[in-house]
Amino acid sequence: MKKSVQDFKVLRKTELNDETFVIDVKASTPLPDIKPGQFVNVLVENANNTFLRRPLSIHFVDYEENIIKLYIKKIGEGTNKLSELNLGDKLNIVFPLGNQYSIPKNSKTLLIGGGCGVAPLLYLAKHLRDAGNQVTTILGVRSAYDAVELDPYKEYGRVFVTTEDGSVGEKGYPTQHSVLNEKFDYTFTCGPEPMMKAVAAYSKSKAIPCEVSLENTMACGIGACLCCVTDTKRGNICTCTEGPVFNINELKW
Amino acid sequence: MVNLEVKLKDLILKNPVMTASGTFGYGEEFEDFIDISQLGGIVVKGTTRHHREGNPYPRMAETPSGMLNAVGLQNKGVEYFCNTIYPRIKHYNTNILVNVSGSVIEDYVETAAMINELDKIPAIELNISCPNVKEGGMAFGTNCASAASVVREVRKVYKKHLMVKLSPNVTDISEIAKAAEAEGADSVSLINTLLGMAIDAETRKPLLSTVTGGLSGPCVKPVALRMVWQVFNAVKIPIVGLGGIMNAKDAIEFILAGASAIQIGTANFIDPQVSVKVVEGIKEYMIRHQVENLTDLIGAIKEQ
Repeated sequence: MKKSVQDFKVLRKTELNDETFVIDVKASTPLPDIKPGQFVNVLVENANNTFLRRPLSIHFVDYEENIIKLYIKKIGEGTNKLSELNLGDKLNIVFPLGNQYSIPKNSKTLLIGGGCGVAPLLYLAKHLRDAGNQVTTILGVRSAYDAVELDPYKEYGRVFVTTEDGSVGEKGYPTQHSVLNEKFDYTFTCGPEPMMKAVAAYSKSKAIPCEVSLENTMACGIGACLCCVTDTKRGNICTCTEGPVFNINELKW
Repeated sequence: MVNLEVKLKDLILKNPVMTASGTFGYGEEFEDFIDISQLGGIVVKGTTRHHREGNPYPRMAETPSGMLNAVGLQNKGVEYFCNTIYPRIKHYNTNILVNVSGSVIEDYVETAAMINELDKIPAIELNISCPNVKEGGMAFGTNCASAASVVREVRKVYKKHLMVKLSPNVTDISEIAKAAEAEGADSVSLINTLLGMAIDAETRKPLLSTVTGGLSGPCVKPVALRMVWQVFNAVKIPIVGLGGIMNAKDAIEFILAGASAIQIGTANFIDPQVSVKVVEGIKEYMIRHQVENLTDLIGAIKEQ
């Protein structure tokens, strides 16, 4: 799939809470085929300490509107600057980058997202449903305040929530949710590493395939700089090109 | 019409813009973004005698106007390059240089000798300046005697254009440049990264697995420019300037300071099309300043 660098235009901005927002960016030419799990590398302008692009998961793609949705949590200067973008502003993006989640057919799939790690799971849920899979999504957050944007996932299957304080859904971590007592054929996850490791352990105990999306400090995003390596059974490989999605069997987890 | 062609001794570049080793992969990573044949040359990833896994993660830290890296010359070794990568990239209609590194002199010599056999590789860039390997690398380039000895030994087996990449982590870079010239280097490229460090105050941990790493990006440009000018005043062989070049204006500054050609490094990460934009920008500058031949700009700074 050919990668490109393009100016997108901010079409919509939706604030989910004080820290989290979704921006819809519109491409000037028809979007290429974008796979679930892929990411973009965005240029943050006018930020003194943000020199490199920011890699962001692709949250959703709407080919009719020709937009990519980006789900962003403000965690530093770069993401803060992105939150200040106005409608109509341009955003320079290198895309589509990375590999993708596998899409099985006619299976029971379990998606587990933690915090802003939920970002790539919505687009994945759509692809899984479209391939005839049953989709169950668990979103793990700290409290009700962070339990934002649940409805879109409901389009593609069941959605459950866990909160650390029990303010909504089941209390605890997503890997402690009671729905895990059901039988699943595949697990897909994205979020904090301890959570993904717990999902990996669960999947191993049930002997089902598990794919995780890893985060890493990236410079180029296209496999040129070798900065963002993951230590795998095949040695150090680039998270940006050979990932970000890995089957846990490839990792030394 | 403006003439962008430059000669580094026998090595002819269609224009002075090259890409820096370690920032451009093997060129293939950028094929979706640019036409590589529009560049004067590309310097592919640092290559060593044997496979190297490089340093552990984390290998990169962003800094104000730049970044630190501690990749540590991860590569699959020179045999893999010759047998697998070279056949894939040899059709590029540009100069392909291989950056050659090592831990001991024998490694440099054996690697250079193997690259010497590749028809479509007209030059090597001898890396005596990598700050991210425990042995060798920069250690060769920070002392005149050891720099001289590695250049001398490689010169015996390498028959084509020998470019030597210099480290800025020295007291007087012109002395190292002179040592390389005396041993038969055809050109020098400078600067490699500056040794730096970053710490997370909250966790009190260094941000790189190796604690220290190589600093690059626009933050190093004034240092690089000064060193190019110093070396220009010390040696007769051509100089390839690099260090924080982000656009054509930066490139012109290096050429005015004495560089015959330039390399784009870290900027490739920010804009994968920057290298060809710099070629266009240099052309525009030459038209605007009515400069017919790029060579007229080399070292052409005026007095204050």
